[in-house]
Amino acid sequence: MLESPGMKTGKLDLEKLMRRQLELSISCAAAFLSVLLLLPLANYIFPEAMARRVGGFTLTWLILGLLFFPLVWAIAWLFIRKSIELEAED
Amino acid sequence: MIDLWIFGFSALTVAATLGLGFWSAGKSKTTADFFVAGRSVSVGWNASAISGEYLSAASFMGVAGMVMKFGYDALWYPVCYACGYLFLLLFISGPLRRFGAYTIPDFAEGRYDSPLFRKIAVVFVLFIGFFYTMPQMKGAGTAFSYIFPGLPYWAGVLLIGGVVTLNVAVGGMKGITLVQAFQYWLKMLAISVPVFVLMAVHGSYGAHLGSNDAAAYPPEMRRALPEKAPADAKWIAPFGPLTTRAAAAAGLSEEQQRPYSLLYTYSLIIALVCGTAGLPHILVRFYTNPDGTAAKKTTMWVMILIGVFYLFPPIFGVLGRDLFPELYAAAGAKGTDKVVLELPRLLNIRHQPYGSILSGLACAGAFAAFMSTFSGLLVSMTGALAHDVYGRMLKPSATEAERLRAFKVSAVLVGAVAIALGMRVEELDINFMVGQAFAIAAASYFPLLFMSIWWRGMTMKGAAAGMLGGGLSALASVTLTSFSDLKLLPLGPFWAGHPLLRILCEQPAIWTVPLAIVTMVIVSKATRSEIPADIRDKMLVFHAPERLGLKKEYVREHQGPKPA
Repeated sequence: MLESPGMKTGKLDLEKLMRRQLELSISCAAAFLSVLLLLPLANYIFPEAMARRVGGFTLTWLILGLLFFPLVWAIAWLFIRKSIELEAED
Repeated sequence: MIDLWIFGFSALTVAATLGLGFWSAGKSKTTADFFVAGRSVSVGWNASAISGEYLSAASFMGVAGMVMKFGYDALWYPVCYACGYLFLLLFISGPLRRFGAYTIPDFAEGRYDSPLFRKIAVVFVLFIGFFYTMPQMKGAGTAFSYIFPGLPYWAGVLLIGGVVTLNVAVGGMKGITLVQAFQYWLKMLAISVPVFVLMAVHGSYGAHLGSNDAAAYPPEMRRALPEKAPADAKWIAPFGPLTTRAAAAAGLSEEQQRPYSLLYTYSLIIALVCGTAGLPHILVRFYTNPDGTAAKKTTMWVMILIGVFYLFPPIFGVLGRDLFPELYAAAGAKGTDKVVLELPRLLNIRHQPYGSILSGLACAGAFAAFMSTFSGLLVSMTGALAHDVYGRMLKPSATEAERLRAFKVSAVLVGAVAIALGMRVEELDINFMVGQAFAIAAASYFPLLFMSIWWRGMTMKGAAAGMLGGGLSALASVTLTSFSDLKLLPLGPFWAGHPLLRILCEQPAIWTVPLAIVTMVIVSKATRSEIPADIRDKMLVFHAPERLGLKKEYVREHQGPKPA
């Protein structure tokens, strides 16, 4: 059902593209997950430090309630730029 | 006593929804318009529409209520609701759009060449869909009886359900795209304007959060925390009442409770992040993008739009704790869940009638929330019935006109069932029901999509076994929890003896998601001979750039032979 001139020669290229896309996805996910999963752990291990007050907020509230969103936007923006670049290269 | 401002704003929202729906319905003509909005929705519109669809009653009212009630622990909800999208973006949205399948069942059949798997997937779409419509209906019913104190709960369910069903039946996907985009901006306005006004009058976010902080304010400047409000120690710090409930019920000391709370927090995070990436009504929206790159860009904008939105509900919760502790006295929809609607009225004390105006705006936002999420669910379930059951199983030779009629009939059918179900759930908690839908989606769809897209060794049997195994064990454990909470099963003493089991049943994602993935791998390895022969071609469609023109569209304008 799927025939295209590039199909046979494209086999190797596809594997390369797939691997690089997956690597990109995984490294972005790792950056995001490490913050998301380390925050509860930090709350658990360093309760006093995370309860320090910053302008009324506790440190952990400030991170989770405000600063987390810009971080995610930055990761998403980076991913999209790189991912479109990858496709354009091949 | 009906507040005229509240009535006016709510009526206007419903009228605008109907009006916009009919206006854009005039432009929906083909089957592709109805199912995938002609597959030509621009990034801006689509992002607003997805965000509108995503911000449900649970987000608009529930998150603020939970933060007010539970404090810090409830912050995981808005954060993970927003961040689950990142997972969609990283692993699923681009490939799924490239594959060109319209529904999850299309995807299931296309990936595994198995009509049987399509049937399993259809059942799952409808099941999760109905699970998720119930809390929307419940929200509509309770908000309605808040605005019109004399009217019964079912009247709101009937009105909102009827309006949305009508909209979907006349306009399909294209018809509701514009409506949902409008509803996003209405919700954004309705949650942000009251917050800014309240903060200008009553003090900022940080000031309210820190108002009881001994170091920042000397005792004479400190505002006394209202008597009914929870104290700082249990509220502002992590591992509060939400995550320690099971361990506290077991009578453990505070130090002993902490590991359980940590486990609960992790399981909650997994459920919310993976669940977001697996809700069928959100996934369907990616097909309305013109191509995979647009699908990725859309996801980026969705994350910004909902991320900005989710900054606000916790502020309502924080202000509510300081300013309106009376709400702690009642439970659920009569208690803290109402904070978004009730809090702006405080302004009436000094600034009549602005409090009523803002409260009216908040009610309009709440109505927009029920309607937009319900319309998204209705489109995805209608798609499953009309496209998968009728168009693919019952009558594959159906003409364009027959398919359109099937869409409209299915919309009315699904809408009627959802309204009937909604009338029966008045007793259940909104967030609880949404949480269950997320837990099931996280353990079934997310593993299915993730593994199918990235692992070429998956077989149909592996996929089906993992999806059903994960989904059903999540369903079983949350059902067990809710039955014992509703006192249908006498499990209270057992839970008190086994807090770990209680947490794993109440918040099962931490074991059901790995269970689903491991099952998929084991069964696929055992049935290795059944890997589809053209797996390379399929992977190419997922991952190769669109300009190579490899994809196959599942919803076509004409059903004639495909050009070679």
